[in-house]
Formats: sequence, C-alpha cells, structure tokens
Amino acid sequence: MKRASLLAKRECAAAFDSPIAYIVLAALPALMALFFFVLGGFFAQGTADMRAFFGVLPIVMILIAPAITMRMWSEERRSGTEELLFSYPFRVRDLVLGKFLGALALLALALLATAMVPLTVAWLGPLDFGPVVGGYLGALLLGGACLSSGLFLSALTANQIVAWLLGVLLLAALNLPSLLLPFVPVSPGTARFLLAIDLRERFQGLARGVLSFGDVAYFLGFTALFLCLMGLVLENRRFR
Amino acid sequence: MMSTEPGSGAAAQVVVQAEGLAKAYGEVQALQDVSFSIPSGSVVGFLGPNGAGKTTAIKILTGSLAADAGRAVICGYDVETEPQAARASIGYLPENNPLYPEMRVDRFLRFAWEAQRSPLASETREQAIDRVVQATGLATVFRRAIGNCSKGFRQRVGFAQALLHDPPLLILDEPTNGLDPLQVVEIRELIRRLGRTKTVLLTTHVLPEVEALAERVVLIHQGRKVADDRLDALATGESGRLLQLTVRGSGEQLTIALQGIKHEMVQLRTGAYGLTDACRALVRIPQLQASNLAEISAAIHAAGLGLLELSPQEGGLESLFQGLDVSQIASETEGTA
Repeated sequence: MKRASLLAKRECAAAFDSPIAYIVLAALPALMALFFFVLGGFFAQGTADMRAFFGVLPIVMILIAPAITMRMWSEERRSGTEELLFSYPFRVRDLVLGKFLGALALLALALLATAMVPLTVAWLGPLDFGPVVGGYLGALLLGGACLSSGLFLSALTANQIVAWLLGVLLLAALNLPSLLLPFVPVSPGTARFLLAIDLRERFQGLARGVLSFGDVAYFLGFTALFLCLMGLVLENRRFR
Repeated sequence: MMSTEPGSGAAAQVVVQAEGLAKAYGEVQALQDVSFSIPSGSVVGFLGPNGAGKTTAIKILTGSLAADAGRAVICGYDVETEPQAARASIGYLPENNPLYPEMRVDRFLRFAWEAQRSPLASETREQAIDRVVQATGLATVFRRAIGNCSKGFRQRVGFAQALLHDPPLLILDEPTNGLDPLQVVEIRELIRRLGRTKTVLLTTHVLPEVEALAERVVLIHQGRKVADDRLDALATGESGRLLQLTVRGSGEQLTIALQGIKHEMVQLRTGAYGLTDACRALVRIPQLQASNLAEISAAIHAAGLGLLELSPQEGGLESLFQGLDVSQIASETEGTA
C-alpha cells in the first residue's frame, strides 16, 4: 500500500505539472453550476433541493473521468516510462491501485470544488446537508467506477486521445439504456438487465443521498472489475 | 561458488545468470537459447547490431518482459518467482532513457528512491540523493524540470535514478545513444567510475564503447549468442579462431560433414552470395592450424559438397563482427571511433 500511495502522489503531482488538473478543477464545478443553476431551472423551482445537481453528475462524468485518466497509462507507454516503472520493485497491484488512487484524489479535489454550489443553495434557502453528504459519497463511488474504466482503456493504447474517446464512448453507452428504453421495444428481461447496468439509473438513489447496498455493491463491483482488467492488461504486456 | 537457488541472493557471487533464454514476437524469433553468466565486479559489454536481441534480453533480465523459455537469475533471485527482490538488485537505465519531463530532478529522484527503497537501506533518502548527485554531477540542475535539462544531464538523471538504492548490478541499455561526442566521453568516464564498485552490464552496438569500457563481451546476433569471452582472449584468438566457410550444398549437409571436427558453429546461412544452392558458415576452431584446414577440406569433399571458400578470420572483436555479415556495423564503428 505504501508503494501504491507513492505512485498516487506522483500521479497527482504530474497532473498539476500539466494543464489537466487545472482544466478538471475548473471544468467540473463550472459544468455542474451551469447544468444546475442555468439549464436545470433551479431559480424557477424555488426550493433548496440538490437532487438535480447530483442527477446530472453521470452525464458530466462522461467527459471528466476519461480526461483525468486518459494520459495515466497511455503517456507512460508512449514515452517509455512504463518500462522504468516495471523495472522498479512495484507489484502489479501497487501500479493498479496507485494510478487509481491518484485519479480518485484528483476527482475528489474537483468534487470538493463543486461544493460552492450547495453552499450557494444553502445561502439562498434552508438546505438539508444529510442528502448532500450522501450525494457526495455516491459521487465518489460513481467517479471511482468511471475512473477505473478510463484507466483500463488508457492501459490499452499509447494514444491519449484514443483513450479519452474510448472512455467517453463506454461511459456514454452505460448511460444510454435509461434514456433510450422508453423509445425502444425490448423484452422485460432485457430491459431489467439494461437498467441494472445503467450508471445513471444506478446513481439515482445515491443522487438523493440514499446509499442502498445494491447500488454501492454495483459501483464497487464495477470498479473492482475494471481494476482487475487493468491489472491483467499490465501483466499480459510482459508476455507480448 | 555461484548460487542460483531462489532466495539465496546474499550468497551469490554470480550476479547475472541467464539460462536458455528464448523469446519470439509473433513469427520473429528475437532470442534463441541464450545463456551467459556475469561474475560480481566485472564490466561486461552486451554487444550486437541493432535488432540482435540485446534489448529483449535486457527486458527479460529486468522483469519487464517474460521469456518464452529459459530462466534469468539476478543475485540469486529468479526474476519470475522473486521479481521484487531481483528488481531491487538492479539499477536500470533503459534504452532512450525514459523520464518524466515535467518533474523536477530533485522530485524525480525522491520518487525513484521511494519506489526502489529497501527496508534494509543504510542511508536516508537525502543521503542517497546527495551521493548520486555528487557521483553524477547533477548539482547545477537539481531543481530544474527534467524536460529543461540538456540531453547529457538527462542521461545523468537516468544514471542517478539507477544508482539511488546502491544496487550491486547496473544494467545500462545503450547509455551513449544519441549523445554528442563530448557527452559520450563524459558518460563513458562515469561508467568507468561506476565499474570500479559495481557489476555493470552494458549493451551497445558500438564496438569502441565496449573496447573502452568492458573487460568481457557477450556478443549476440540474430537472437543467438555468438561469443562470450574476455576482450583480450578474443583479440589474441585464445578462445579459438573464426573460419568462414562457403560450400555448395545445404546447411544441414554441412553440419553433418563437420560432425567429426572439433568446432563451434557461430553462424550458418543458406543462399550465400545470392547463390541459392550454397551455404556459408562461420565456425570457431580452437587452436587453428593449417592441418585443421586440410581436415575440414577433406571432410567437405568426402561429404560430396563443393568447397567454394575456406577463409580464416583475423582475431579480435572487429573481425568477429565483420564476419557476422552485419553491414551497418562498419559505418557505426567508423563514426564513433
């Protein structure tokens, strides 16, 4: 775990040495505020309610999570520093966890920067902070899942742009079922399955600040699956 | 007494033991049955033309690539079964010296020390960094971003990260590649200094580099080991003279014809000089005399093969290289001599 946290610190520092961290720290609060206050009609609603704020997070995450992860493996591979990392006494799980924790720390900072939105709402009217805290915990679970898939895709290619595009496409596809099902005739079983794996649908409960076991298990399982896949990709690279 | 039993690292006097390493990339056989060992305290040149398989072998030794067959042991630790211990015994400067250009030199060295630190380390982080900064002359760029350093200084940063944990073995993959002549001199001097206290495995395709730095050479060509000896033994022909041999017939027929003669087949090629029915071999004959040549000639005639060429090669590394039919070597050695 010590070596994983060492790598996580390096990843965070590297993000701040490049424009990525600053773009993410500016873009996430800006997009969330735009969707919530302007496009979401907060002022017309007239209540201090944050559900719409968290409800839009899966859509914003489609763009933000792959932007955080796109360079994390692909740049190591392109520049050859991956070989340096592999020559150090890291285990594959140190590398996987280190990269993931580094990405998660950056996302957590960006989510912290969005706190200006609920603070503004609290300033405008009475806000129940319980669901807000629950919503942020859910946002971390959602973010972790999105980051793990982005890291896996970044490990597949040496091209950052390709990694970002693949990440956007995967997350968009995982947000689509709940949007398209009303218009596409499918069997009830298929519909249930599609909704069960739909990120947006799964996040609805968390967006209200309700941490149900099924939803938490889904996001943790999703994250673990993609971290394992990333570990397999790294391990298999030795056998190329 | 060499020990290669897993976990016996402290007792090992052979620092590198490679046994029958093989690796293929799809259809291309990059390494075939390569074995060698490196005793403690020596500087060994791992020499071969571009594409010979040097970097593949190095990647297997450092654990970043898995061999299809064979075994590599570093300081008594098997790189497959005890990868962390094996890697901790190596200071590695990869080919092209990959670094993080956005990181400052001091921050990168701190990261590299933490990444490679041993629980048994006798130095603190700052002591280790002071030592390598002094050894590599990095003081003037210590707080500079790596990307803003000259190529020579970046190479020194690569050396510094390899030395931080004071490993018994240094593996330097083409350490002077792409440097200007002045930087080449500086880096060679650095390697010479490091070689006084460490075992160094130095890969290069530049002959003068090996001649300037190494005591021993492992020569590799087309994925096979073709020589493994002391430089002076190669120069005097002590380890055998090379003989170039061209016959009308197949390689298989030639191999059978030479069965009764004491020799080592270094290279065998069919279609010599564009003649599809000819083959050419490079063989090493211990203590070559004229009588050996007559014996070989007779064996070839007895096998019904036509002898087209029988040519003893001069001793020395350069002749060995030239005998390997690697046209790019000549120009590279001229340019860097």
